[in-house]
Amino acid sequence: MATEIQSGKVHVQTTINGESVDFLAEPRESLLEVLRDNLGLTGAKEGCNNGNCGACNVVMDGVLVNSCCVLSVEAAGASIETIEGVASPEGLHPLQQSFLENAALQCGVCTPGFIVAAKALLEENPNPTEYEVRWWLAGNLCRCTGYDKIVRAVLDAAERMRAEA
Amino acid sequence: MRAIQYAAPSTVEDAVAILAEHGSDARMLAGGTDLIVQVREDARDTGVFVDAKQIPELMELSVNADGSTTLGAAVPCYRLYNDAQFTASYPAVVDAARIIGSTGIQGRASVGGNLCNSGPAGDTIPPLIVHSAVCNIAGPDGARTVAVEDFCTAPGRNVLADGELLVSLTLPKPPAGSGSHYLRFIPRNEMDIAVVGAGASLELDGDSITAARVSLGAVAPTPLFVQAAGDALIGLTADEDSFAVAADIARDAASPIDDMRGTIAHRKQLSYVLTQRALRGARARAQGGSPTNGH
Repeated sequence: MATEIQSGKVHVQTTINGESVDFLAEPRESLLEVLRDNLGLTGAKEGCNNGNCGACNVVMDGVLVNSCCVLSVEAAGASIETIEGVASPEGLHPLQQSFLENAALQCGVCTPGFIVAAKALLEENPNPTEYEVRWWLAGNLCRCTGYDKIVRAVLDAAERMRAEA
Repeated sequence: MRAIQYAAPSTVEDAVAILAEHGSDARMLAGGTDLIVQVREDARDTGVFVDAKQIPELMELSVNADGSTTLGAAVPCYRLYNDAQFTASYPAVVDAARIIGSTGIQGRASVGGNLCNSGPAGDTIPPLIVHSAVCNIAGPDGARTVAVEDFCTAPGRNVLADGELLVSLTLPKPPAGSGSHYLRFIPRNEMDIAVVGAGASLELDGDSITAARVSLGAVAPTPLFVQAAGDALIGLTADEDSFAVAADIARDAASPIDDMRGTIAHRKQLSYVLTQRALRGARARAQGGSPTNGH
């Protein structure tokens, strides 16, 4: 059977933060646009819209990606984790708590991306060096903090999470 | 972004059929980190996106019976540096996979996509050339192969005809006693486009060089295979004097332009220095160590 060529509004079934989600989107819309404009998940931010800044970071099938560089229709059948799924009903994630306590944010626009990216790092490497944190987060741009407090917050969260593990 | 059509075929044959029907209006979508941004910013006019990622051959990463490796064209960079065997066999390719964009880019961007984007500064292309990689291409008239050094034809252009796609790359088994390295110069620590990039591979018998390949990026309209630099090393001792001979040839072969990233003179000098460093790194790996420069 020949492959269907999709255009206009496409019905996409996906999973977001563990919940099954259906949406209608045009192929030209990015995953970021769908999250924000169709689904009301406005945690991921549009910074550069070209893959440079990381403000739109989400985890797709276990892999950190820039949702501005993913087509909405590519989410079909995928499992997406966004900043909205990071905290639990019991409270903030240790990274979120650590960002607050270490004053690792000012305006906050880059923060969801940093936390989603840092969470992906700590799941892969629970005990990163400062160099490894800076290298992993090189694709997340912050124009307020100068990065140092962010790096310290991630290292602090990593230490807390290892202690709790 | 302009309105587009999207298809996610599950076979190479279906992909070829769609590409053939839509001609130059269609393009394969691998990680999208170039294509989506280019179409959004009106740098490229593509009306039909053909997703590569549901086609098993384009997502394959496997070692063949003869020891060569098949790297599917849409395999994202992160899968390469998370694969110990690939990293041990083709370290120059992994050097590039680790420095293309950010972690989030490497989660999607592929070596095959980097090659098909055919930018003169594409970081994975010199490493593929020094590993003698071959492109496996499918099209309406059947399959064909092209050496990576013959794939790019001009900035953003390559040998793929309408209806053709890059299915995979075949990387020959690296000989015992061989090593490779790729590095680039950028004015920052990460997240930048190469001012110059250099890749080298060496095969050693003791201290003696039995085979060598050198390739440069961002110093010509296409990534450059500097065959004379590698050939000049054969039979020589793997030392600084020999590496200087090859680096001289590489500098002479470079024909860069002046632009916002660097001047002609700077790029010529970088071609010399980075060739030396790539060869030192390749030697270190051939001898079981690791490069002391770069990341």
